[in-house]
Formats: sequence, C-alpha cells, structure tokens
Amino acid sequence: MESKLSIIVVEPDRDRALMIVDSLREAGDNDIHVISEISSLARRIAERSPDIVIVDLTSPTRDMLEELTLATSPLDRPVAVFADKSDDSMTKAAIEAGVSAYVVDDLRPERLQPVMAAAITRFNMFRRMRDELAETKRALEERKLIDRAKGLLMKARGIDEDAAYSLLRKTAMDQGRKISEVAAALVTAADLLS
Amino acid sequence: MTLTRLSVAFIPLTDAAPLIAAEEMGFAREEGLKLDLVRAPSWSSLRDMLAFGRVEAAHMLAPVPVAMALGIGGVASPISALSVMSVNGTVIGVSNELANKLKANDHDFGFRDAAAAGKALVAATDAPLRIGVPFPFSMHAELLYYWLEASGLPAPQGVSIRTVPPPLMAEALSANEIDAFCVGEPWGSKAVEAGVGALLLPGRAIWSFAPEKVLAVRTPWVAEEPALTGRLMRAVWKAGRWLSAGGEKTTASELLSRASYLDLAPEIIDRGLTGRFLINDRGDMRDDPHFVSFHQGAANFPWKSQAAWIASRIAARLGLDRAVAMDAARSVFRSDLYRRHLGMSGAILPGASEKIEGGIAEGTAVAAENGRLILSENRFFDGRVFDPSPEN
Repeated sequence: MESKLSIIVVEPDRDRALMIVDSLREAGDNDIHVISEISSLARRIAERSPDIVIVDLTSPTRDMLEELTLATSPLDRPVAVFADKSDDSMTKAAIEAGVSAYVVDDLRPERLQPVMAAAITRFNMFRRMRDELAETKRALEERKLIDRAKGLLMKARGIDEDAAYSLLRKTAMDQGRKISEVAAALVTAADLLS
Repeated sequence: MTLTRLSVAFIPLTDAAPLIAAEEMGFAREEGLKLDLVRAPSWSSLRDMLAFGRVEAAHMLAPVPVAMALGIGGVASPISALSVMSVNGTVIGVSNELANKLKANDHDFGFRDAAAAGKALVAATDAPLRIGVPFPFSMHAELLYYWLEASGLPAPQGVSIRTVPPPLMAEALSANEIDAFCVGEPWGSKAVEAGVGALLLPGRAIWSFAPEKVLAVRTPWVAEEPALTGRLMRAVWKAGRWLSAGGEKTTASELLSRASYLDLAPEIIDRGLTGRFLINDRGDMRDDPHFVSFHQGAANFPWKSQAAWIASRIAARLGLDRAVAMDAARSVFRSDLYRRHLGMSGAILPGASEKIEGGIAEGTAVAAENGRLILSENRFFDGRVFDPSPEN
C-alpha cells in the first residue's frame, strides 16, 4: 500500500475549491488541502511540503509559487511544472483546460496521472461554464443594442418593427458587418446627436 | 497581401509598448505580419505558453531565459533573446510608514541618488526589510540584491525579497505584507494613485543601463523559421524606434490604455513613458527623462555581457559554478541574429558583442560596423564595473 499523496489546491473561490476537492477525492484516496488565502502563499505551501500543488493557470498568484522552485537548494529538488515533460498530451490538455500543477520531481507518472486527469476534467467544466456565461452576456448585450437601434429607426422613419429589423439586416449584409455592429454604430451616432 | 499570423504573449506593463506599437502602428504589417497579442496572467504562465508552443514569441523578463538556460525554475526549454526590448523602466517604492520615517530622517526623495536612498533606508529599518518583486528571476530582484548588499543590507539577513504579482503590489503594501517594492510601470504609479506608497528611486539609479525585457522565442523556432524571425525582429525594432522619437508618447499611452492591453487610464501610463512622476499623494513631482529606453544608445542590442552579468549574479546567490553559468547565458542573448537581421534596417551594430558593464560614465562614441554609435551612460551606483572576460 503506497502512502497517500499530499495535494494542495490553491483556489480563493470556496465553491470552486470544493468542486475541485470532490473530483480529486474520486481520483483516489489522497490527502487534499485547500489554501484560499494568498498572503505568504509560498511559505504556507512549503510548510506542508506537498507532492502536488494545483493552481488555476490564469491566476496571477502562480508567480508566487515560482519561489517554491527555489525553496530548498534549487537544483537538488526542482519542482516541475506540468509534471512529466515526456507526457506531452497531458501537458497540452492541462494548458488547454487552464490547470497548472507543481509536482515534486520524483513523483512517478502513474501516480500523478489520475490526479491530473481529474483536475483537467474539472477545470474544463469551469471553462465551459465561464464561456457559456460570457456568451449569454454577449448575446444579451447585442439584443439590447439591436432593440435600441430598431426603436431609433422606427421613430425616425415611421416604420414598424419588422421593417426596422429588415433595414438593419440589409445594411449589415451590404457592408459585410454584423447586425450588432450596425446597431452599435447607429446607437452611438444617435447618442452623439441627441 | 496575406499576413502571416504570429501569437505573441505580453504582460500588461508600459514596457510591452514595442509589441503593441508594432501591431497597432503598422510596423508588423510592413513586414507582412499580423501579431495576435495574448495578455498573460503571470510571468510563469507567459514562460509556459512560450516553452510549450502556445505562442511563438513573448515579452520576457531578461533574467528568465538566462535562468532557464541554467536549469533553474520550473521549465528548462532553450529560449533565445533576439533583442532587448527595453532598458530600465522599473521603479522602487516604499510604504507610507517607511516614507514618513525616511522623511523624518531628512531624506529628500530626490529620485536620483541610490547611494543616499540606500543609506537612508538602512537608517530607517530595524527589522529585515520585506520587498516585493514581480518574479524571482527579474531585473527587479537583481537590482535590489545588488543595491541593498552594497548599501549594507545583504540578503537574507537584512532583506527578504518576495514575489508579489504587480497588480497586487499596492494591496500587499497596504496590508503590511511588504515594506517596499520594485515593479515595472504603471504599477508603481498605481500604488501612488491608490495612496498607499511613495516612489523612492527609478531602477535606473542602481544600474543606468539594465536590460529589462527581451523579445524571446524558442531556440528551435529560430532554426525552423529564419525569415519569420527576421521579420518579427524588424517589426519590433521599428516600433521601438518610433516610441523613442519625440512626441509619440501621447499616442502610445492611448494605445496601451485600451481594454485589451493595459486597461488603465492613459494619464497613469503616460508617467512611465515620459518620465514625469507623481511620487506621493502630496503631489510632489520628479522627472527622469531617461526612465525607460526603447531605442537610444543601441538599447536593443543583446549584449552577451548583459546575459553574463545576470548569470554571474544568480550563480553567486545560488552557489552555482560562475564560469559555466556565464557561458550558458551568453548563448541565450543572440547578438548574432541581431547582426544578421537588423544591420540592413539601419540598426547600428557595435564592433564587439561584449562590453565592460558599468564602465561608461556618460554618452561615449565606440567602434561600430556601420555608422556612428554613441553608447548611453552605463554605470552602477557604487562605481563598480563588471568585466565579463574569463580571467575575471
């Protein structure tokens, strides 16, 4: 029976942290610890001397973890980013998903693999949620703009809503632009003139 | 004309200006390039993006590719510094509490004299000084170690240098996690604006010709794409020349302030570009017209002696073989590629690729392959020089 892996998850958002911990639990019987406070991050991590540290690739706090690579004698015990460099597909998947991991150098790939796979799946889910949210927001903003532009046209030219929309669409097609872009230009112009 | 797309990573800093200007002002287009500028969230992720091929080139701290060549830090891929993108451009600031102590001791905040500021700091501190820098391998860290050691605050007894991401610097200062910082603009001015600190010195006051950022690519990429390498180098070099020409600073501040780049008010960015600083919240102003150089004095030439200086400092601190480290570092700064690709564009090429660092008191004419080369002032605040030749 091998000893448990000691894993630290650096994540300030509590809900996200809990979801990551859940997925890592499913990947094996590991000792998981969450750090949500970023002050003296490197020292807190060094105190626990974990096997793996998992952190969001897009978090600026990652640079604080770089100090860990120098924590002891820098060349004796390097802390590798993205685990085993021979496993290129895992590295790519991790970057794609936005996971970065710091791993002690002597950790065997087969022990790391399930943990990374779980983290990658979870982070991919976060990313999809974020993308969807951004997409919904954008669509909503565009709808609002188009509605305002339609309103402006209806008032200025005395046409109905369908005619206003057709006019926007035709202009967009003629100019090779998106309807939302034409609407934005019209709304900006109207704001300037009013 | 079809443009070749290149992904280039940058960190939101004033000295990312050459990349942003290359794309926005048409210098990339002149070379048939479209730069997809990718804003990186941290220096480590920028390094990983470059090392693992997510981007083709990056705006990199000059010591990072040197450290990678020495096998230190997380990733050790061979990276080439094609040119120096900027010389100097960092600023040292202190917390309001420390600023008050310095003032009480009659320090004048002259923003010029590193020896005087160092002496004042030593007199004002009793516990080890905690200083934030953006990355463990950075000119910020190297300048601080050099300055404080020579001022009588050697690490680790007298000073503890910690990593704090630039956008969090002001916060760390007000939370009393650090007493001082060294950071690239506009983040020093942001701390002043937030009312949490005062600016003490430009990094230039410690070493007046410190290579700050380099244009970095993967070394194998240079061999695979020799023509593209030259086109990228020329586009960025021309942008640097444009930035250093007078009167372009307002345009540059406006470009940098856009949401996809720095996303900050242009008047804050303007301070680092023009060297006109507000140093505290009482409205005191200081001028340093040479705060950052994007072009002048052969600023872009990647001197092998600069890489050797960085390596010799890191090696001494971490107990590595100094001569081996300096040799490994020399091969990172690609003066050969600079000569090959920029000579024809009008860049002045110095006769040698190494020089004695710290040995130039004021603008000095030196031998050049073409035209006339005036090297800018290059001195360390304590008057020491660094001779990179092997017997030293």
